[in-house]
Amino acid sequence: MPERKVVSPEYMFFEAPREKKYLIGNEAVAEAVKRANVDMVIVYPITPQSEATHIVGDIYAQGYVKDYYRGEDEFNVMSAIAGAAMGGVRVFTATSGPGTLRAFEMFPAWAGERLPIVCAFMTRGVNAPLSIQPDTIEIGWLADTGMLIFHAEDPQDFFDMTLQAYVIAEQPDVHLPVGVCVDGFFVTHTREIVELTPEDEMLPPYDPRISPVVTMDMETVPVRHMKDPFVMKSNYISYNAHASWQQEVRAAAERARKYITRYMGSPVEVLYPEAEVLFMASGTAAAQARVAMERMRAEGIDVGLVKIKVIRPFPEKEIAKLAEGPEIIIIPEHNITGWLAREIKSRVNNNSKIYGGPRVFGGMTMPPEVIVEETKRVLVDG
Amino acid sequence: MEALKISPGFEKIMPQEYLDLVEDGPYGRGLTVKDLGTFKELIEEHPLCAGCGLGLSIRLILASLPNPENTVIVGTTGCNSILMPQVAIHNVHALFGNQNAVASGLKRALRIRYPNTHKDVVVIAGDGAVVDIGLAPTMHSWFRREQFTTIMLDNEGYSNTGGQESGMTRQGVVVNMAPVGKKFPKIPLHEVAKVAGCAYVATATPARARRLGQMARRAILVAREIGPTYVQIFCPCSTNYKFPPAETLTRAKETEITEYMIPEAKELIERIEKGPKSRGGEE
Repeated sequence: MPERKVVSPEYMFFEAPREKKYLIGNEAVAEAVKRANVDMVIVYPITPQSEATHIVGDIYAQGYVKDYYRGEDEFNVMSAIAGAAMGGVRVFTATSGPGTLRAFEMFPAWAGERLPIVCAFMTRGVNAPLSIQPDTIEIGWLADTGMLIFHAEDPQDFFDMTLQAYVIAEQPDVHLPVGVCVDGFFVTHTREIVELTPEDEMLPPYDPRISPVVTMDMETVPVRHMKDPFVMKSNYISYNAHASWQQEVRAAAERARKYITRYMGSPVEVLYPEAEVLFMASGTAAAQARVAMERMRAEGIDVGLVKIKVIRPFPEKEIAKLAEGPEIIIIPEHNITGWLAREIKSRVNNNSKIYGGPRVFGGMTMPPEVIVEETKRVLVDG
Repeated sequence: MEALKISPGFEKIMPQEYLDLVEDGPYGRGLTVKDLGTFKELIEEHPLCAGCGLGLSIRLILASLPNPENTVIVGTTGCNSILMPQVAIHNVHALFGNQNAVASGLKRALRIRYPNTHKDVVVIAGDGAVVDIGLAPTMHSWFRREQFTTIMLDNEGYSNTGGQESGMTRQGVVVNMAPVGKKFPKIPLHEVAKVAGCAYVATATPARARRLGQMARRAILVAREIGPTYVQIFCPCSTNYKFPPAETLTRAKETEITEYMIPEAKELIERIEKGPKSRGGEE
């Protein structure tokens, strides 16, 4: 491990020199962990995530991370990660599809406990029937946990968003977990050019004193939490305590918007916003939609693209405004539930112009021609 | 200890109970069960049933912590979880059954942040949480040799959820979800603990208060230096087993007190207990 120096997030994200490397997504996220000044990593194997945390294990062995172990299952890994975060250290973990579901009870708990955990979700199909193939169905479920959810398109996004996630998660007025989602295999196992910041530069360490909730270290006053615990009471005060806490978690996610703008530029990326047909997509569906857009524009069809980078807090104002112009909105997705179409339809005034599809799932790819054909069919049939 | 002081200007507005804790609490004083009645305890009142074996056991455990000023408790769902928020040291409510996983992460984090101070992590959980829903993380924390203490409050069933059978219920007993009597014996977790890697294992009863306190303390001291430790405390439940609350301690005596330790733990305990009175903690 080289001698490392702490740099500011602003310098790392916007000014630091970048070196081009040819990396798969799983290598790119490990490179981000290396630069994120992470204290502790706890993991459990699952395809297609495992390789990323093998590499993180290697960087732990080199000294970049202070503690690392393989836990007994995803629920207990996410529990242990919560314990570590409560103890005031910066943590990283990752999982995929069935592992996400196995661990699910912990995600609302992370948000409710206001833990700034960064977890990578290398999305994959869920059983049954058995599948290890790419599918983004789990993102729709994660969207209602109270976590912030980002969706990376490619290894570069995966690298950048993981680093940005720590800085946004740890703001005192946010202090929430972030799920950095990426399409399994399509990104985790695909090699692309990634521009990396220098290996010897890392983010400032996490300072648990900025946490809006008490760090479990007995370094702050030991006053009793409460004299009359809410949990067993059936009265308005106890309900209201729980209700207002949940609202505060959502409010904290709202407050993340300004940091998303500051560190990620914008929650959406837009090409040809004035086009008659707009594709709205996230993850690799956005990558495929970009190719489809270029082909259709070459044919003279006026198509644009909205790539949605942030799923929570959902960029509802941006989407509602962008939805005003086009005659048709096409939402390609890598899952059967169409959670992104559902999300967008619920935020847009005139949603009869929204076409939720094409959708592929079960591991299938989405060739750009599928999007092109489907769009042409919608243009003809309405 | 600096954290325990009252910020200047706040002395007059802090509640009396808080002032008592700061001025006369057990922090940094090396008190034990025999000092009960002479200091402001970490728990004062609680909502548990009359005659609850848990309430007394927790009171004894809290009075036995070698360094309450550097101890964090990990609890979980169960009768104890409605008491824990009233304890005047940091405590975590994990979800149900994941307490030893949470404690693993917490203990390692505190070791990273405070390499020169013993920050004791103590799991206090019910029998269902430890032996049924949480058996995997409990045993895996022992297999991994995680350095914290697990204390099971064994009231032989799920009392908080209405008196259902647990793995610690005795064979033949008729309780909810065992309508014709439990079909298999009480799980010998204290025996399992020995082969799973615990350096110190004890079975205790609140009916023998000082012995319980000694065992809890030894378990915490061994966990600091050597490896995982386990204490199982028999806490009869008068509400669900339907006996008069006044009988709790009599019934609590109906259990075997056992103590097991590996040679290194024995050596450590002898060194600490025969040596000059030491509070441990800061090195």
